[in-house]
Amino acid sequence: MTLGLINANPVVHAKKERVSRSVDPLAVDPLEIYDFVRDIRDPEHPYSLEQLSVLSEESITVDDKLGRILITFTPTVQHCSMATVIGLCLRVKLKHYFPPHYKVDIKVSPGSHAEEESVNKQLNDKERVAAALENPNLRQLVEECLYSNEL
Amino acid sequence: MTELKEIQRLEGHTDRVWSLDWNPATGHAGIPLVFASCSGDKTVRIWEQNLSTRLWACKAVLEETHTRTVRSCAWSPSGKLLATASFDATTAIWENIGGDFECVSTLEGHENEVKSVCWNASGTLLATCSRDKSVWIWEVLPGNEFECVSVLQGHAQDVKMVKWHPTEDILFSCSYDNTVKVWADEGDSDDWQCVQSLGEPNNGHTSTVWAISFNAGGDKMVTCSDDLTLKVWETENKGMQSGGGFAPWRHLCTLTGYHDRTIFSVHWSREGIFASGAADNSIRLFVDDNESQVDGPLYKLLLKKEKAHDMDINSVQWSPGEKPILASASDDGTIKVWELIP
Repeated sequence: MTLGLINANPVVHAKKERVSRSVDPLAVDPLEIYDFVRDIRDPEHPYSLEQLSVLSEESITVDDKLGRILITFTPTVQHCSMATVIGLCLRVKLKHYFPPHYKVDIKVSPGSHAEEESVNKQLNDKERVAAALENPNLRQLVEECLYSNEL
Repeated sequence: MTELKEIQRLEGHTDRVWSLDWNPATGHAGIPLVFASCSGDKTVRIWEQNLSTRLWACKAVLEETHTRTVRSCAWSPSGKLLATASFDATTAIWENIGGDFECVSTLEGHENEVKSVCWNASGTLLATCSRDKSVWIWEVLPGNEFECVSVLQGHAQDVKMVKWHPTEDILFSCSYDNTVKVWADEGDSDDWQCVQSLGEPNNGHTSTVWAISFNAGGDKMVTCSDDLTLKVWETENKGMQSGGGFAPWRHLCTLTGYHDRTIFSVHWSREGIFASGAADNSIRLFVDDNESQVDGPLYKLLLKKEKAHDMDINSVQWSPGEKPILASASDDGTIKVWELIP
């Protein structure tokens, strides 16, 4: 564990207005998914992933035909060691959200992390994800990010 | 038209099923086929086929031993012992004592999650591997005692599977480091060394290698990967015991474009068909392409079974019996038994 915060002075943005849309009820709506994850709290700071611009509406792309979802997020700094924790938070939050046959890939946005390939590989190795979530300390951290409210 | 027909869908596990293994001493001479499955629910289930109804049922649940996911299971060649590898960093050895499975030994030593366990052909050695990047070789001693005879370092990352050669005491391992490594006992005195590493320079995989399987003759092996390909390898000498020492493996061909998600499992049947199971929820079967015009045998798709499960397939295994029966294990918590109908 690092001693100091990775990024002690993050840039915080205002929350974007929520716009309701009417969509095809059978399709998976990327904006609905975004709505579901935008308030996940950052592991290090008392702000949401949206407020820190880690996630935005453009983060989520859906291919309904193939049943594939891609989420890209932007860590606040290039050497963010919390990237894997953010990835885990997204997986846990979305675990039962989609019909079972949907596949979810989570990546850092291109160019946003010094070890992009290595982080992406870890985030998408489901055996590593499963083992990490059985680690009680990591599990607790993830739950704090997911269930802390009153932002 | 060749078909993979679903015989039965087995429910019972309450989390994803990671792996399954057929008991090699079953399926002939009136002995009903048996297989073991292991799961994220921390248990192992034993399944048996009823000889008259031909239906499968769960005969035993091995629980309250592993404290985390059970990732892999392997029957000893005699069928008397079952080894189970867990994320709790231990490997348990179970024996069927009067109808009940009892844990008779626990192998400790790995620093973190154990991913795979495998017995050699004679049942005298056991191999395990872990996220701690090491491969351990254990000697099987009388009285269900196990002694670690070697700790093999060499992989740069998490080791996903270990597999002994079907006839020789040569061990193969595959890893998150994208390589397949080959280990042999050089001086015949527990001096195990890495004798070959198959990586990108050898036409190897470009991402995590998840599984290895040998053909019946032991002169070919197939590997599968997160790079979405299957690769077939061959060894130069037909009989590796011919006294010429270790014969290196070389890439034979790459099968690409068949699965569009990670391929987690591949298994070669005695009849020469290999089955692959992937995160695209499908099973594919491949055979020798006898009409291939190029040098040496290549492989072609025999059939594909899409939507074989509702979620990722983690393991596919051919049964040891007479009929071409295949079992598959999935993230959807179920196991399916299939029959290949020509």
